Amino acid sequence: MNQIYNDPIGHWVVVVVAITLLLFVVLTATAYTVWFERVALGKIQRRPGPNRVGPFGLMQLAADGVKLAFKESIVPAGTDKVIFVVAPTIGVAAAFLSWAVIPIGLWYNVTYWIADVNIGILLVFAFSSLNVYAIVLGGYASNNKYSLLGGLRSAAQLISYEMALGLSLVPTFMIVGSLRLRDIVEYTVHWGPYTGPIPLILLTPIGFVIYLIAAVAETNRAPFDLPEAEQELVGGFLTEYTGLKFVMYYLSEYVNMITVAVLAALLFFGGWYLWIVPPVLAFLIKVVLFLFLYIWLRGTFPRLRYDMLMRLGWKVMLPLAIANVIVTGIVLVAVQG
Amino acid sequence: MPDEEKGSDEGLAEGQGAEKHLPPHPTPLRGSTEGVPPKPEGEVSGVVRDVAALAGGLKTTLQEFFRPVVTTMYPEDKTPRSERYRGRHYLRRYDNGLERCIGCELCAAACPVGCILVIAAENTDENRVSPGERYAKTYEINMLRCIFCGYCEDACPVQAIVLGPEYELSDTSREKFIYTKEKLLEPLPPDVEARLNAKKKDVP
Repeated sequence: MNQIYNDPIGHWVVVVVAITLLLFVVLTATAYTVWFERVALGKIQRRPGPNRVGPFGLMQLAADGVKLAFKESIVPAGTDKVIFVVAPTIGVAAAFLSWAVIPIGLWYNVTYWIADVNIGILLVFAFSSLNVYAIVLGGYASNNKYSLLGGLRSAAQLISYEMALGLSLVPTFMIVGSLRLRDIVEYTVHWGPYTGPIPLILLTPIGFVIYLIAAVAETNRAPFDLPEAEQELVGGFLTEYTGLKFVMYYLSEYVNMITVAVLAALLFFGGWYLWIVPPVLAFLIKVVLFLFLYIWLRGTFPRLRYDMLMRLGWKVMLPLAIANVIVTGIVLVAVQG
Repeated sequence: MPDEEKGSDEGLAEGQGAEKHLPPHPTPLRGSTEGVPPKPEGEVSGVVRDVAALAGGLKTTLQEFFRPVVTTMYPEDKTPRSERYRGRHYLRRYDNGLERCIGCELCAAACPVGCILVIAAENTDENRVSPGERYAKTYEINMLRCIFCGYCEDACPVQAIVLGPEYELSDTSREKFIYTKEKLLEPLPPDVEARLNAKKKDVP
């Protein structure tokens, strides 16, 4: 395997194959995440959810996709046409780029993700913050006051929670001493008789809570889905989008949702390590549990008011995250000398 | 005009002046702690209570998640219908095969939306359709207009027209909603027929 990696042409072949596979896997995962969300939300409301198209409604997303693809793609009058078309593309590109550095799991030391860079998690954050461009530009280019307001809300929200999100992970980096996602997952402790990887939530529980809340806000999901608050802003920045351009926003939202669930599993719950469970299966179980948590939150909590959102972000999450960093630093110095 | 402007200016000035010497408002002001209900003994406050409230909400939705769904899978499963449900119309026959309808047009007269068309013709010995003098040569109901009030059934002196239990009446063209005599003369569901026969008001 290493021989192929070291050969320049072989390396590119591996990367291209990996990209293709990953696109396929992520797209399929997205489709079934949507199905899973609709069914789980349905169960919470004591209805079955989609169950008509295919067995258990599993083909629902194919049907929806075909429907949306054949819809007329309207570009309203007075829009900035170039930005209007480019904005959703930025969203999808940003959502998928994060996956270049996310390790999907190890199988007997075969690395099958695209890039194993030493600043992995920073790259993920860099790409995920590109998503704000998609939303702001989409809202701005739509020539519609609801879209613009939705876009502006989203910009403020993403900037507010980006900081708490980043700071919530700093204690993890301080403990592990690396930004490489693989190193974080494989962080090994020597606790008495036990030597091996641990779920890092044991060391950074507060960081996990902050990450969880900030991640929901970052992905614009309920109860932080203010940018697309139907009651106040029609569809927010999505109002003027139809057909495939709408699909792109929809897709990027769900890919981002999977990304933050995957990151939570990797950074706080030991990634692909789970007793004797095979790595990929263990990883999948953790990610699905996180996805269910997000759906559960959506099915439970009403949307925050805008001032509540800002108060929570700036007055609670950010100070808590900074305090967490400082306390972790002091403890680390005290323990390691 | 200038006088009016002056007057309004004076009024404004007076209003501003009077603000300083406002008479006490009839509703007295409440102090910040006055009238606030006392906190129940032993209740925790602040963050702990809020988090407990959030957890309570999550618990409720999770409980609902594991309870059985209440949806009726409609086209496959149907909710039970009432015995008295009024759906599409039927024209009935006597046991000997003769049509009950005598072409009196009372149903058409009773119909509030005028969706029934009856054209009567004379019975002859060669062509006997109903036991009376006349029979309905044409009997049409416009189901797009019908409001299923059942007045036609009430008006009919021979219980010829009745409303059956069918409610799935959707179709693909407007023409298909004009129910002609052939369609209306389809046999009633046996349970409805039995119930109507139990009344035994009719004379054969």
